[in-house]
Amino acid sequence: MRLFATVVLLFAILVIWTSRWSVLDAKDLHDNALNARPLFAQLRVQRGAIEAADGTLLARSVRGPRGTYRRTYPTGSLFGHPVGYANIALQQLSGIERYRNDELSGRRDELGSLADQLQGKRRQGNTVVTTLDQAAQRVALDQLAATGSPGAVVALDPRTGAVKVMASTPGYDPNKLGDPGVFRALNGAGSGAPLLDRATQSSYAPGSTFKVLTAAAAIDSGKYTPASMINGDSPKAISGVSMRNDLGASYGDITLTAAMTNSVNTVFGQIGEALGKRTMADYMRRFGFYRRPPLDYPASEMLASGERLNGRLLPVTSPQVDVGRLAIGQDKLAVTPMQMAMVVAAVANRGTLMEPHLTDRVVDPDGRTVNRIAPRVAGTPISATTAAQVNQMMRTVVESGTGTAVQLPGIQVAGKTGTAEIGATGANLTQPSFVAFAPADNPRIAIAVTVERSQGGFGGTVAAPIARAVLQSLLH
Amino acid sequence: MSARNRELLGLIPASLLVTAGFAAVFIQQRSLSNVSLTYGAIFLGLCLAAHVFLRIALPYADPYLFPLTAVLASFGLVVIYRIDQTLARQQAQWFVAGLGLFVATIVFARDYRKLEQYRYLIAAGSLALLCLPRLPGIGAQVNGAYLGVRVPGVFVFQPTEFAKIGIVIFLASYLRDTRQVLVAGARRIAGVTLPPIKHFGPLLVIWGVAMLLLVVIRDLGSSLMFFGAFLALLYVATSRFSFVFVGMLLFGVGAWYLGTHVPHVVDRVDVWLDPFNPGRYPKEGYQIANSLFAQADGGLLGRGFGEALLVSPGGQSILPAPQTDLIYAVIVNELGLVGAVAVLTTYLLFVQRGFKIALLARDSFSTLLAVGLSAVFALQVFVIVGGVVNVIPLTGVTLPFISYGGSSLLANFVLLALLLLVSDRARRPS
Repeated sequence: MRLFATVVLLFAILVIWTSRWSVLDAKDLHDNALNARPLFAQLRVQRGAIEAADGTLLARSVRGPRGTYRRTYPTGSLFGHPVGYANIALQQLSGIERYRNDELSGRRDELGSLADQLQGKRRQGNTVVTTLDQAAQRVALDQLAATGSPGAVVALDPRTGAVKVMASTPGYDPNKLGDPGVFRALNGAGSGAPLLDRATQSSYAPGSTFKVLTAAAAIDSGKYTPASMINGDSPKAISGVSMRNDLGASYGDITLTAAMTNSVNTVFGQIGEALGKRTMADYMRRFGFYRRPPLDYPASEMLASGERLNGRLLPVTSPQVDVGRLAIGQDKLAVTPMQMAMVVAAVANRGTLMEPHLTDRVVDPDGRTVNRIAPRVAGTPISATTAAQVNQMMRTVVESGTGTAVQLPGIQVAGKTGTAEIGATGANLTQPSFVAFAPADNPRIAIAVTVERSQGGFGGTVAAPIARAVLQSLLH
Repeated sequence: MSARNRELLGLIPASLLVTAGFAAVFIQQRSLSNVSLTYGAIFLGLCLAAHVFLRIALPYADPYLFPLTAVLASFGLVVIYRIDQTLARQQAQWFVAGLGLFVATIVFARDYRKLEQYRYLIAAGSLALLCLPRLPGIGAQVNGAYLGVRVPGVFVFQPTEFAKIGIVIFLASYLRDTRQVLVAGARRIAGVTLPPIKHFGPLLVIWGVAMLLLVVIRDLGSSLMFFGAFLALLYVATSRFSFVFVGMLLFGVGAWYLGTHVPHVVDRVDVWLDPFNPGRYPKEGYQIANSLFAQADGGLLGRGFGEALLVSPGGQSILPAPQTDLIYAVIVNELGLVGAVAVLTTYLLFVQRGFKIALLARDSFSTLLAVGLSAVFALQVFVIVGGVVNVIPLTGVTLPFISYGGSSLLANFVLLALLLLVSDRARRPS
């Protein structure tokens, strides 16, 4: 009967349209901005935990209303920067929460999720175990807070690249970011930018800490040895402009080691000129400058270090670069604490730079390790011999030079101070910093400390004690 | 095997389905107990009782219609239970009441051909029913359409559900009388065969009523359902496709005019044409857009029973009217395209049995009645599912035997009773 054929036809239309929405166009509909379902589905996923190296819970999801989960951070502001925050409802993610989002939210491929569905498994996220050290992180933050100025500390294991401390002040409590008012206030003017991770997102003039790299380049290029004699009088014309030593002190002809120990600017200025822009550029690249650090962290939350003009990276070979002042960590250098930590880590690890990493392993809900981050070599910026010689020079800095404040009982520390001048001349505003590693003969920790805008503070007096406290916490 | 034994066997899948369905929902809610078996047993018991009744009252009736109904109704119960347990309990009560009305219809309308004598009364009653929702005080407006009558403290009665049966009875009876004249007096005008003017009048009246329905109850779907059933009957009565063609043309013109001029209908049409318009999304477009999103979420195999998201974490509904208008979207969401096709196939089988009964019927009133009832049933499925999948503008019609709603369940049990009555007479050995 024709009538029945008509009905069959009508029903066929229904089937075709149902297929269209449920299968053929499903992806488009899923991605439609008006569709709130994917978001709600995410809210219903039990996101995996984030743990410190010792198993301390740094982030976990607790049951909320209607089968949803709420993210809490048991350690509050302690790990606000490295761990970041996850506000699924507002689609805001940062830090490890962002970089490891797929693992934390248990994202599976189509086949895997079908298998899970057939087994009646609920989607559940994996746990991320970090390399972070809870006690040392607390020490770093407390010490930074005590200076009253913003600052950052990065400590890592030079042998593996495992990041132990990534601290930045002022901090924030990720538990309170769910409130849009709090979020706005933290982003607002006058808040001191607490959401900014100064360890990876802020770059500073490294000052004399950069002399570690200049010394390494000088020796590794074969042009100098630690015993090379260079005239350390002050003032001296460098790149046509007069350069002074600290307190205007003149040293006469001294060895490179002695120049390092006393942080003699004019010696390193001359070395910079002698090595030239090409060599300096080459060694900076080898240590990881001009690239974002190879850290397992969101790219948008990391900055590449190097010479910067108006916020843009400027090649070292540019005519606008003063290589003599570059060599002493001034000029237009803008370096992140993470980058400085990588420089000393490479020296500490006999010339081999390891890729820094925050994640140790990813563990699935059944306790199986699904991904272990193996140590990876990022490069070999200098030879083992050069590294050993720079190591030796840095030891004398701590033994008898500007860095005596970092001395630890029973552990030999190698370090370098830095006190960059910032702001108008005569304002007496400084950027104290300190880089170090210990124990010097078999380094387990490399560290970089920076404090912003200190009133007349020195690297040796403001930053070195912080490095000392963190090293003590990590090595004892 | 006798017809009744085949019917008995057909009930087995239905009870298995209801048991398995409840078990699935219980597992989802982590409270699996033998309650699902109890529900299944009660349901099977009721169906067996109805079956025994059919054995006695209508021994020759079609053996597949009742099991198909049981499958649809049990499936509906499970889906409603998954949406809201209180509603499912009420629906189960309506199911019992529906079976009661089913039995009553078979007992009291045993000689259904007597209905012909009351055809004008039935027609007038049906039209009155349709206009009831517009009366002040008792009318209930739902989403801009006037489809319900509020019976205080009891429920919202949906007169359209019963009116559709009344109108089919009237049309079947009217066309049986006039079919000869319609065909014999037909003239060809401009290549199209038209019925004589004298008898064309009543047909225009019916068209006018369908249009009026659009204006009065503001529901495109219901009027499409009524007019479609009318055209099906007209075609079967006269075998003239040209009549149907003219009818469709007239309906199309009317629907187009109203679809561009009656504000509520205009809204529905706009949303139908562009369901994802961000400007309309928060209000008019919310229901259909989320219906489509829910279906997309289902995919080929669906999320599984109880897995569809009906309420947002904030507590507001993201699938409005899931137990009535959008129940098909819930089915696609949870059982996927596969489950939806299974449901549609079940409806198709039901309609096929209906048309088969019409073929076997020995008098033209019986044939027309069976055709009309089957067509109106098929069109109701098309109108609501078509609305949910955005083939036509979405309207507030129920999915027969599956959607939550007392009126719908009762009316469709009357429809089933009438089909079985026609079938029993048709297959009875003379």
